[in-house]
Amino acid sequence: MIVRIMGEGQVRLADDHLTELNKLDDELLAEMESGDEPGFRQTLAALLDAVRRLGSPLPDDSLEPSELILPAPDASLDEVRAMLSDDGLIPG
Amino acid sequence: MSGVMKRMGMIFRAKANKALDRAEDPRETLDYSYQKQLELLQKVRRGVADVATSRKRLELQLNQLQGQSSKLEDQGRKALALGREDLAREALSRRAALQQQVTDLETQHQTLQGEEEKLTLAAQRLQAKVDAFRTKKETIKATYTAAQAQTRIGEAFSGISEEMGDVGLAIQRAEDKTAQLQARAGAIDELLASGALDDPSGLAKDDIQSELDRLSGGTDVELELQRMKAELAGGSSSSQQAIEGGQGQGQQSGQSQDTPRFDKQ
Repeated sequence: MIVRIMGEGQVRLADDHLTELNKLDDELLAEMESGDEPGFRQTLAALLDAVRRLGSPLPDDSLEPSELILPAPDASLDEVRAMLSDDGLIPG
Repeated sequence: MSGVMKRMGMIFRAKANKALDRAEDPRETLDYSYQKQLELLQKVRRGVADVATSRKRLELQLNQLQGQSSKLEDQGRKALALGREDLAREALSRRAALQQQVTDLETQHQTLQGEEEKLTLAAQRLQAKVDAFRTKKETIKATYTAAQAQTRIGEAFSGISEEMGDVGLAIQRAEDKTAQLQARAGAIDELLASGALDDPSGLAKDDIQSELDRLSGGTDVELELQRMKAELAGGSSSSQQAIEGGQGQGQQSGQSQDTPRFDKQ
């Protein structure tokens, strides 16, 4: 599974790591929904660290669509919320 | 998975243009667009297939109804032949009702056929567009990759020039150091010559020693000269003494001549 960290690049992850990541991901979502900024920052950092630790980075010139996408490390709670609340359609 | 990762992924696929502008690889965006177009094309094709299936079902129903209609017509004809007009009337009235259904179905069939043709045309056009997009996408991706490579080459060149600059600096430093060492060596030579520095090799002499040597050298010459003169005079001790006495007198007279000058002062 290919995961993209926005502004950083792509990482290839084995599917069996997803359970561990899912836990953090759900936690992150809960913190985002409750507006817990310090918690959000901490969990986002932990999640990104876990992705970097468990995954192997893809070369910059590889062209693989990402199945999962994570916010940039410096993304704020409001930014992520704004991105997620946009009920967008296919561009164009 | 329903967390941020999944939702971000979905949003990304759906929209997230702002984020794309900020962070994503344009080649990836193109691939996603292409994927979306393929999905759309798939939907249109599925639509065409659904319409075609409905049309076929209508055709089957029409055939069935027309069969029943023909059957009723035959039955009416037979009833009349048997003198049963009432039965013939019944058959014909049922046939009329069926005929109405057939007309309705035929209208529906025509509409569906029109839709199907339109959708087929749309699918063909979309297919052409998707093909064109794929070509364009590959061109854009290639251009982007080339531009990226060019940037990397540029960076590498600037890196090389920086390194060359470093080499130049190193050479400059080496030259400076050599010049400095030469200057120092020259200075040391001068200092040794002047006696300000001791020469551990013992070859160099300070100025005082040089002067002493010069003076003693002069004395030796004078002594040698006297010795030679004495030899020429025959080697007698009287002459020797006379010369020495003469010299002593001369010296004395010299001293006497100098004396008044001291007085003057």
